[in-house]
Amino acid sequence: MRIALFVTCLADTLYPQAGKATVRLLERLGHEVVFPSAQTCCGQMHVNTGYQREALPLIRNFVETFSDYDVIVVPSGSCAASIRHQHSMVASRLGDAGLARRADELAGRTYELSELLVDVLRVEEVGAYFPHRVTYHPTCHSLRLLRVGDRPLTLLRNVAGIDLVPLTDAEGCCGFGGTFAVKNADVSTAILADKMRNVLATGAEYCTAGDSSCLMHIGGGLSRLKTGVRTVHLAEILASTRDDAS
Amino acid sequence: MSTFLGLPTAPRGVGHLRGDDPFPVAARKALDDSQLRRNLAKATTTIRAKRARVVGELPDWEQLREAGRSIKTHALAHLDSYLEQLEREVTARGGKVHWARDAAEANRIVTSLVRATGSTEVVKVKSIATDEIGLNDALAEAGISAIETDLAELIVQLGHDRPSHILVPAIHRNRAEIRDIFLTEMDDVDPGLTDVPAALAEAARLHLRRKFLSAKVGISGANFAIAETGTLCVVESEGNGRMCLTLPDTLITVMGIEKVIPSWADLGVFLQLLPRSATGERMNPYTSMWTGVTQGDGPQQVHLVLLDNGRTAALADEVGRPALACIRCSACLNVCPVYERVGGHAYGSVYPGPIGAILSPMLTGVEDNASLPYASSLCGACYDVCPVKIDIPSILVHLRARHVEEARAASKVPTAEAVAMAAASWVMASPTRFAAAQRGGRLGKLIGRGGVIRRLPPPLSGWTQARDVPVPPAETFRQWWRREHGASE
Repeated sequence: MRIALFVTCLADTLYPQAGKATVRLLERLGHEVVFPSAQTCCGQMHVNTGYQREALPLIRNFVETFSDYDVIVVPSGSCAASIRHQHSMVASRLGDAGLARRADELAGRTYELSELLVDVLRVEEVGAYFPHRVTYHPTCHSLRLLRVGDRPLTLLRNVAGIDLVPLTDAEGCCGFGGTFAVKNADVSTAILADKMRNVLATGAEYCTAGDSSCLMHIGGGLSRLKTGVRTVHLAEILASTRDDAS
Repeated sequence: MSTFLGLPTAPRGVGHLRGDDPFPVAARKALDDSQLRRNLAKATTTIRAKRARVVGELPDWEQLREAGRSIKTHALAHLDSYLEQLEREVTARGGKVHWARDAAEANRIVTSLVRATGSTEVVKVKSIATDEIGLNDALAEAGISAIETDLAELIVQLGHDRPSHILVPAIHRNRAEIRDIFLTEMDDVDPGLTDVPAALAEAARLHLRRKFLSAKVGISGANFAIAETGTLCVVESEGNGRMCLTLPDTLITVMGIEKVIPSWADLGVFLQLLPRSATGERMNPYTSMWTGVTQGDGPQQVHLVLLDNGRTAALADEVGRPALACIRCSACLNVCPVYERVGGHAYGSVYPGPIGAILSPMLTGVEDNASLPYASSLCGACYDVCPVKIDIPSILVHLRARHVEEARAASKVPTAEAVAMAAASWVMASPTRFAAAQRGGRLGKLIGRGGVIRRLPPPLSGWTQARDVPVPPAETFRQWWRREHGASE
């Protein structure tokens, strides 16, 4: 299958390893990955901070860049959710019915990584090897906006060598929330403190999730406290093989 | 984008819909209170688990939620006719209906009704609407003392405090604190009072019993009003409300106009949704309903004050409108990661938590509560538990847009944030500009050490106060792609 990658502005700039892993994984599974180079950002930060007018050019750029592709993959639950639930809404509220319609159509062909693997490519065992103790944080938008359910956990359970340990209060928010983390930095940090406490209690070496933004938040806290626990994107675990380990 | 300046919002200077400090400032104080954090975490975790258990028992929970949502949507769409029907039915059965456009008018109406009885003391059923309008303060100014009879409201009142939860107003207090409040403030208390819950409840019971037996006037809110018969309904746990509703000769009910539902059949839906969502009970212990005046039984003077106080303005906002469907169960508070850490006071309004973050700004006008729509990480847990399916996260996002647009319209000089957002939009609308900005961002390596950045300038300093940021990698994804795959697409 020919799959267009929307890597997200955050992964593109700060976490390219998540994008590279997505490419490596899909190619290993025998698919062709393309990267439309006109892509930038989905506009979620603008919409969620109240700047819908400023989001509109980004939404238009996304729609124009990806309209010609049949299947789009996004290694981020919240960006995929923004594309699915916000693009058309913002376009129609700002009076661009044509863009709203195109955004709606495109949203139906846009998948978060675990959705693409399980629902479209029908694969639950990706042939990965990751010999580490790992705990999984489900991220709010994957869980409650996309309803990915246990797809990521199913994929992780099938990874060879992994020691997957459950996270207490896993479904609780990590406190990121985009600009919330800056506008309400103290509350965000307080929520993060509880998430880190739960992560540390698992004894895991890695905390994984399907979203670089939540991982930036959790990982930023774990790094500041010198916990030694690292964050890793779901795609990176699924892309790892015995060759990487040797 | 529409603005909603045409309809009157809840006036300033009266009632409790606005806080003294913006949310982030008020929240900081709350976060430092370790006793509060402990009380809240314990209480919200307990209620969350109870709710999940009893909701899980019902195979048709999702259909019930949908029924609740659709009844409320219908009632709000035909609010004018249902309110007039309610007025006709209440009047026909011997009650008297008063219309109050705002808090000040409602306070004037209630004060003059109490004065007319000659009474200087009233007993109150737990009611958020009367707290919203600051009724107790207005009555006190007129020389009338209002006694809260809900145990938690009594604790709050005696402690010269403010409620911090819709349903559990004293959730921020533990039993040792409650014992101290009773010992200091209750004139008839046993000085040997312990902090055993049963002893505390007994002390309150003895104190309140005397008040119930002497009160000539009762004041309540209402959970529901049934238009077809003019019946009012109060749902509670203690029975103290029932005392206030039945013993006094005069009963005055203050109710937001959004509480009306068409029929008794509709009430059946909400009596299933509310207790399970609120206290995690299958049914609440006391459900009181009264229809006008019954000769020789219960209050012989029955008044209903219908309160707008910004509700019509909220109704005019077609995206935010579903906020008026709220049945005050507070399930959204109990699951909210923000509420769980800061409690209710930080929201500055009688409506805290996720529902308060949308309802308060809609009642006051967004600019009077501009920090509240941002008091959420948009995690969505509130929407999942809402018994009438209010999409709180989407309304939060909508109110943020209203705030940005109203601020934009009001000021000639854009805020620093608005400038940054416009710049980010300009950069990211073009892949060329975005790639150039990424290269600029790599200057971050100059301030990074050991692969991470530990301090960023304001406003991003809020991030680095507790979280590192990775130094931007030497190669962005798109550079890697171009190197590996060429610039094919």
